[in-house]
Amino acid sequence: MRARLAVAAVALAPTVASAESLTVSLSHHRVQITSTYTGAELVVFGLIGRDAAGAARAGGYDIVITARGPRAATVVREKQPLGPIWINRAQVKFFDLPVTKAVLATKPLEDIAEPELRRRYRIGLDTATIPKVDASAATGREIEFRAALLRLKTSSGLYTQNERGVVFIADNVFRGNVPVPATAPLGNYEVEVALFQGGVRLAQETTNFEVTKAGFEQLVARESREQSWLYGALTAAVALMFGWIATVIFRRD
Amino acid sequence: MEFYLPIAELPVNVGLILAMSAAVGFISGMFGVGGGFLMTPLLIFVGIPPAVAVATVSPQITAASTTGALAYWRRRALDVRLGLVLLGGGIVGTLLGVLFFNAMRRVGQLELVITISYVTLLGAIGSLMFVESVRSILRRRRGRVVPPRRLPRPWYFGLPLRLRFPQSRLYMSVIPLVTLSVAIGFVGAVLGIGGGFMVVPALIYLFRIPTAVVVGTSLFQILFTMIAATILHAVTNHSVDIVLAVLLIVGSVFGAQFGARAARNIKGEQFRLLLALIVLAVAVRFIFEIGVTPADPFSVVISEIRS
Repeated sequence: MRARLAVAAVALAPTVASAESLTVSLSHHRVQITSTYTGAELVVFGLIGRDAAGAARAGGYDIVITARGPRAATVVREKQPLGPIWINRAQVKFFDLPVTKAVLATKPLEDIAEPELRRRYRIGLDTATIPKVDASAATGREIEFRAALLRLKTSSGLYTQNERGVVFIADNVFRGNVPVPATAPLGNYEVEVALFQGGVRLAQETTNFEVTKAGFEQLVARESREQSWLYGALTAAVALMFGWIATVIFRRD
Repeated sequence: MEFYLPIAELPVNVGLILAMSAAVGFISGMFGVGGGFLMTPLLIFVGIPPAVAVATVSPQITAASTTGALAYWRRRALDVRLGLVLLGGGIVGTLLGVLFFNAMRRVGQLELVITISYVTLLGAIGSLMFVESVRSILRRRRGRVVPPRRLPRPWYFGLPLRLRFPQSRLYMSVIPLVTLSVAIGFVGAVLGIGGGFMVVPALIYLFRIPTAVVVGTSLFQILFTMIAATILHAVTNHSVDIVLAVLLIVGSVFGAQFGARAARNIKGEQFRLLLALIVLAVAVRFIFEIGVTPADPFSVVISEIRS
């Protein structure tokens, strides 16, 4: 990406102003879920490289960082009354939706790029940034389901947006803190950093990190799947032991 | 203090879970029930995925009923033969229940099944117990001490495969007993309840088993049924969270000891009235869940993560 931009910059330097390149680094590439895990935070560092030939421009740079978690088919259900009770009836399925999404920016997104551009690059938490739904969807009401999806994802902390989340620590060096929620799923997370200026996207860079279970958590999760008989029997044995211990303790009372 | 649960895949507050299970343990110790019908809804309420809640309550009930069953065993207030007959049916029912549970989970209607079953089951049993206990309290108030009536033997006692249960002073067919225990094993596995609050009244009212041995026998049957449920859930749906189980067990075994002591000061009818009220309260809570216009009619479910 950077190489391509550099080539483009050399070829077009005098006419097109796209002389910026982006270098991005994450504080770590692996989030380990241990017993004390209650969510985590990764730091994204970035450097904006400027071609010497590119004229210095008026107006500062803007950065948008988007961290997307593993993708999943996600179903939004709506309860409707059926006689006296409310049950899930209508539903819309969204394919390939990131389970978590964190958007960080230097200032409000509407000041960074036009809606059309934000939609094209799927930037921000906006109904338009949600990918398509399956064909059997409740027609006409799809927009309501998109809105509900965003609202629920945001209220459960899986989707976050912080329009003051990226700060410049020098003219061309920035930093942003990407939150990983406590209920984040295991898997690969993609971090996309985009550089904007005056409503135009100048450069983009992608990196990623992984969320895995570690230590005790990993051991239990693995054994419960690989040795499920033993795991079940062990759990039952622990239960019996505790029950028995309790009678011993309380009898001597 | 927060601790990340390896199977439920979320951090929980250890203090909250311990306090919750101690409270449930108190009630379970008091009434000789496992307390699953309170524990499972509470766990779902604090955010544990329903599948994990149902599966993990099984080892908790195992521990709670071990304590109780041992106590009754020492007093010989336990009919082992009756317990074994109930257990046979209970294990068959559990197996069917776990299979049904997994099928509903695949279809995505597990929560609805759990909610509706809770409402109907707890509502019906709670009302029956309530009416019965209020009646007997009123009767006692009026000063008429009812002599234990010699009721005619119900027809189902005379079905084939009759067996003698000396300790319960009973001679009856095992068919109704097995039917009852299959049904209870089934709902137990689906709802994450031991079924003590159903077994106890059923044994008293339907099978005329002396109250003295009923609680011990039901605990004995629940103990082994729940061991089977723990293993079956672990093997078939991998939803048993051993860390959560230990937290629930520690809280509930302690709570149960105090509950058992408190129970000694309560009369039989009042005892049943209290239990009826608790059962009804849980049912009402579930009626609210499906009967009242929800604050947010929408919900999000992640069906499969592709990593």
